[in-house]
Amino acid sequence: MNKIKLIIQREYLSRVKKRSFVVMTFLGPILMAAMFIIPVYISTREGDIKKIAILDETGIFRDKFTDTRTVIFSEVSGDIATLKGHLADSGYYALLHIPKTEAIIPTSAIVYSSKQASVTVTGTIRNTMQKEVERLKLEASGVDPAVIDSAKTKIQLATFKIDKEGNEEKSFTEVSMVIGYVGGFLIYIFIFMYGSQVMRGVIEEKSSRIVEVILSSIKPFQLMMGKIVGIAMVGLTQFVLWILLTAALVTTFTAMTGASLSEAGSAQMLMTENSRLAPSNVIPDEDELSGDELQLVLEAVNTINYGTILVFFLFFFIGGYLLYGALFAAIGAAVDNEADTQQFMLPITIPLILSIVLIPYIINNPEGPLVFWASIIPFTSPIAMMARIPFGVPYLDLVLSVTLLTLGFLGTTWLAGRIYRTGILLFGKKVTYHDLWKWVSYRG
Amino acid sequence: MQNEILTATGITKRYANHTALKSVSLGVPRQSIYGLLGPNGAGKTTFIRIVNQILAMDEGTLTWNNENLSLGHIYRIGYLPEERGLYKKMKVGEQALYLAQLKGLSRMEATRRLKWWFERFDIMSWWNRKVEELSKGMQQKVQFVVTVIHEPELLIFDEPFSGFDPINVNILKEEILKLREKGATIIFSTHNMASVEELCDHIALLNRSEKILEGRVTDIKSTYRNNAYIIHYDGMESSLRPLLHPSYQILEENLEEKLKTVHIRIPKGTGPNDLINDLLPHITIHGFSEMLPTMNEIFISKVNEFSTMSR
Repeated sequence: MNKIKLIIQREYLSRVKKRSFVVMTFLGPILMAAMFIIPVYISTREGDIKKIAILDETGIFRDKFTDTRTVIFSEVSGDIATLKGHLADSGYYALLHIPKTEAIIPTSAIVYSSKQASVTVTGTIRNTMQKEVERLKLEASGVDPAVIDSAKTKIQLATFKIDKEGNEEKSFTEVSMVIGYVGGFLIYIFIFMYGSQVMRGVIEEKSSRIVEVILSSIKPFQLMMGKIVGIAMVGLTQFVLWILLTAALVTTFTAMTGASLSEAGSAQMLMTENSRLAPSNVIPDEDELSGDELQLVLEAVNTINYGTILVFFLFFFIGGYLLYGALFAAIGAAVDNEADTQQFMLPITIPLILSIVLIPYIINNPEGPLVFWASIIPFTSPIAMMARIPFGVPYLDLVLSVTLLTLGFLGTTWLAGRIYRTGILLFGKKVTYHDLWKWVSYRG
Repeated sequence: MQNEILTATGITKRYANHTALKSVSLGVPRQSIYGLLGPNGAGKTTFIRIVNQILAMDEGTLTWNNENLSLGHIYRIGYLPEERGLYKKMKVGEQALYLAQLKGLSRMEATRRLKWWFERFDIMSWWNRKVEELSKGMQQKVQFVVTVIHEPELLIFDEPFSGFDPINVNILKEEILKLREKGATIIFSTHNMASVEELCDHIALLNRSEKILEGRVTDIKSTYRNNAYIIHYDGMESSLRPLLHPSYQILEENLEEKLKTVHIRIPKGTGPNDLINDLLPHITIHGFSEMLPTMNEIFISKVNEFSTMSR
């Protein structure tokens, strides 16, 4: 037992001390934080104000265009041909031409710009014109603008889950989707990144020929398990550091810019909120969050049972890694160098990629039969079940999935141990699937 | 036998499509240098891996000082495998410590002993360097140190001299002899019989998964002597043939040099003194010795005998 500890220690320290680990630990959160921060930052940047000239020949839209944080409108007059000619050196980003038409209410306009007009600009223009035209048309048919304003309603749709005992629980589909997606994806990345590290570690021991020296002190199975566990701890360390650093970065950023939506909260909350809000920030002012909605988002984020999700995330995270890690170790033992791994990688990659492809399907329909099987079978369950959990999974399904995954990784570890102990001492032989099967069925 | 550190009885190991060891029995005397000889594929490495408990045997027993070999005994064995190496990216000292701890030494004890060995081989300054920065020769020294660091009672070297440069081979041989003086037993396994012939006092020959010969080197050589003698002499220009009884057989003659050489086989029933008496009146003898067969010759004759027997 003491010796497995030694092996785990070596596997762990030799990786954590590497420069690439330190670099990735600091770079990871910066990249992750950048994903949330950059869209917000770009949309709030002050230097990027676009001036739009409006030549409104109809006169209908006078004073209707209101400036936003990034777009400033000013009305101009003159001949369209000369205005167009001077657009490039006029300092205007674009020229909006609303030509006089036969119809009383115009429904078309032209935007001239030296560069391709941005979606923000065209979106703002389209919205303003649309609102005004709608108002005019309603007015023309005798509707009081006050009525229109009072008719504008935003629906707040609250969803509740009711269990068999009749207890109601408020649910928020969007938040569940995000958590399901992020959770499943993290497990996928973890399995691939650290699984292939296990494989490379085994190949390193084999190709440097140290393996038999070590095997004179310990059993092959101990060496294999020590490596798998040691690398798992490296992965967990990296993830914990990432989450802490990302949280620190995002909090620092939001504190500095004041663009934050919530001071309190864990990294998870910040991440979910930001990613949820980011898309609406790309087109600013169009749909600013009201106090009520912000309240709703916070409430939604708070309804999720983080404790339960975290426990299952950790289980599927580690279970999935152990299941695949053992197989990666077996492949490493069967080959002489990394180039030879291709033929054995395929059966491992397919279920992993299949489950990641299934995620959008799962979060759209967490109850389907395909989803059920994907979240039960151990090879896809770590990712598929993780995507399903935030929506609430029947107790029986969970028990089944957890049991099968546990059996699954015990099974693959047993299988891998048998392939490993033979393969690891075999040099310079091209191994086939038939050989692997023979190794598994050896006695003793 | 009381005096054997390791005794194997009827060891058999089968793989899917061949048998690597067929009921092999042998005994390694304490404090001997024991040569396990035979061509490639004879089963030497399989036997050694079984002793190191890397492989399990299918049949037979292995005893260590008359008790069954168990997991605890691996701390008392030092093993230098044929396929050997070190972690290339790991620092020398750290790596040696790791391997020593795997052999059951405490970190402190391992550090103390490693310092002693590193000073002795003059590689102390490399303690914090990565293995890949070391020359091949230095890596071999490190490899040797980690094999003997736990002061094992039994040392097993599989093809010890392959890949070592001549200077290191000499250092290795000296160190091995010193370890034996301190009480260690050494097993050499090699297909290159000439390389260990001078070192070994006991040998076992393996061929095609079976042991075909075992014993003390001097005993085996005298069993396989063929009454041939080598004589260095001067004083006679032409061949010695006319001086000898027709039953004497001249195997080889070299008359070119001032000091001439002849190889003569004498018939059974006569001794070396008869030969000297015949020659003494005619030539001046500068050297006279018996031509003992090499291990290689014994092996070949034994294999031939063996295959005619089984035919």
